[in-house]
Amino acid sequence: MVDHRKAGGGITRRIALKTFGAAAGVAAAPGFVRYAQTQSSAPIKIGFQCHRTGIGAAYGRWYERVTNATVKLINDAGGINGRPIEIVTEDDGTDPKRGSEVIEKFANQHKVDLIYGTLFSHVVVGSAPIVGELKIPYYVVSEGYHVASGKLNRYCIQPGITDVKAQVRSVAPWIAQNLGKKVTLIFPDYAFGHDHRDFFEPAIRSQGGEVVAKIAIPPTETSFTRYIPQIPRETDVIYHVMVGPSVLTFVKELGEFFGSSGPQLFGFIDSLESVALDSPGLEFLEGSHFWEGMPRYAQPDQPDYVTFYREAVGLDENGASTDDSRDVSAAAHMFGCWETLYVIKAAMEASGYRGPEDRAKLIEATEAMTDMEAGREHPQGRKLFNGKIHQVFGEQYISQVKSGKLEVVHRTSIEDGLYEPEGDYTAMPF
Amino acid sequence: MTPGTKALWVHLCLVVLLFALNFLLPEYHRGILSRVMVLSVFAMGYNLAFGYAGMLSLGHAMFFAAGLYGAGLTAYHLGWSVWPAFGAGFAAGTILAVIAGILALRTKGVAFMIVTLMFAQTFYLATLYFTTYTRGEEGLVLPQSARALSLFGISFSLTDPTVRYMLALVLLALVLFALLLLVRSSFGRALVAIRENEERMRMLGYDVFANKLSALIVSAAVCASAGAAYALLFGYAGSGFASIQYSILPLLWVLLGGAATTLGPIFGTLFMFYAVDITSSYTDAYMVVVGLALILLILYFPKGIAGAIRERWLPWLP
Repeated sequence: MVDHRKAGGGITRRIALKTFGAAAGVAAAPGFVRYAQTQSSAPIKIGFQCHRTGIGAAYGRWYERVTNATVKLINDAGGINGRPIEIVTEDDGTDPKRGSEVIEKFANQHKVDLIYGTLFSHVVVGSAPIVGELKIPYYVVSEGYHVASGKLNRYCIQPGITDVKAQVRSVAPWIAQNLGKKVTLIFPDYAFGHDHRDFFEPAIRSQGGEVVAKIAIPPTETSFTRYIPQIPRETDVIYHVMVGPSVLTFVKELGEFFGSSGPQLFGFIDSLESVALDSPGLEFLEGSHFWEGMPRYAQPDQPDYVTFYREAVGLDENGASTDDSRDVSAAAHMFGCWETLYVIKAAMEASGYRGPEDRAKLIEATEAMTDMEAGREHPQGRKLFNGKIHQVFGEQYISQVKSGKLEVVHRTSIEDGLYEPEGDYTAMPF
Repeated sequence: MTPGTKALWVHLCLVVLLFALNFLLPEYHRGILSRVMVLSVFAMGYNLAFGYAGMLSLGHAMFFAAGLYGAGLTAYHLGWSVWPAFGAGFAAGTILAVIAGILALRTKGVAFMIVTLMFAQTFYLATLYFTTYTRGEEGLVLPQSARALSLFGISFSLTDPTVRYMLALVLLALVLFALLLLVRSSFGRALVAIRENEERMRMLGYDVFANKLSALIVSAAVCASAGAAYALLFGYAGSGFASIQYSILPLLWVLLGGAATTLGPIFGTLFMFYAVDITSSYTDAYMVVVGLALILLILYFPKGIAGAIRERWLPWLP
């Protein structure tokens, strides 16, 4: 047997080649690629933290489509400060641990200018600490109260979608005036449901109404028959915010229990986002009302800028993809991606953003924003941004299910959702 | 050189290598390695119960999350500083292990898996239920002021990447050498013997229950340390870490790296992280690719990475 090892160095050419080959392989792997820093004429790199997999994948798919459509429009119109936008997408798996790892990847490997995009609250909150440590702007499209609570940090901003507290406060007056004053809340027994419970009760009380029962459904339940009889007979309105795959069972069992003589129903479309309203078992929803962030179905009186937005993102008149009518959109939330990207554009232009050294200026320029007029850049409607709590306020839509479609019956005002700020990010140092 | 000395040198070399990597790795990989080291400690704790003592638990997320919340809640609500908060996390996991262990160890095999799983689910649902304190699935961000560490009169911020890396390394090194000593001690040998033949050990006069309970408590204490360190180093505590996923992950890391090997959990955690990180750059179906890689690995290296190394080249590896 020939011994290839040599005296002295003890390494043969073959071993050396293997070693260098392996090292080159590792260096060429995506995780080790060195990314060049942006130049002044180079694209503005935006890291898109996307729910491509996990429980938020249905949202993520549409968030990505809207993002791509918006970026194409902005780039076709000359980009930002003469520079095109480049979107770098990473999947966060709708998981807070992976979400925070992805933030590090965006900042330290992809060297993006800022990060944007995610929806699920736990991913936003899980990512917030590392965002603050890396001092990189984080524009979220999440609708949670987390940013507005003042408990994150100066780099977290939500300028394109309203938060749950404002949404709940906005719809309470209409519910009290049109559906009834005695409300039973049915909500999932975790933070998302608890937020609705805690924000809705004072809101309806201020309208002369009352919550007659609060029925919390444990997250492990798959059948609701033992909870529905707990609804008091005096109930005028059932306010429901169930989410997840069991929502279809919930609605079906509610329908079987009440038949055609039950209380009024008011729900948040989050329960049925990306779910076709003509799905079997949802017939019981006919005549009921939903909150919508933006109408899923094309409305007869919609402004031209809404039509423009719907065509750009590829929505048919039923709110499904123009390529596949079974692919129902996340219409009530995804507009936030469009509007957030236009806010980023406006803030970069206002601050004269050149690169990461101007991140603080970018945040300050966003904080300085106030009124945002409805139009092509804000198709959901007029907005009012509160720089202190980094949160935007806007109009909400209340729609009724008629002939299996959602028809807008009321549009709330911005003032309906306003509340006293609980924090002030502008007082925090960068 | 005796096998024991060789093993000690290998472990020392690994710690030195990890120390050096702090200065050599690009920023992103350095940050990720901090996380991997903390999660490796979680896997090492699990390995003591599963790999050495043969207790297939599906409830270790509870111990990790007890550490996470023990440290996170005391830092967030009570303003405790790093050391007391870490101690609270450690104590929470250890106390829970005593209670869960006394009850769960009345069973074994599949029943043990189910009982531990039920304990963990109860804990998980409790974290969701007490939203007022935990913020449930959304979680809590620890304020930066709660993440300032005072050591020998010098103040360090856990938000500093180097401080974080070094503290993760210190924790990993302490646990690694402690477990190395433990598994080579008579207690460690007894655990392996219990794993191999519980009845025979009982017949020989060993208190099997006491040994298994001790192993579970030490295992949980290590996992809780990892949880407490994760909360304090990365500033977040959320219910997701108490979910079933975090009971299965350490099992996967240990199987991949090599059950009943001291270094295996580190290799398994590292491999799994980069398998996801690299494949997700190419395809959305990365879990399919990772799953396929895991199947191949188990087929060709049924004893995991470190297990295969021990079997083929380094029989003295502990």
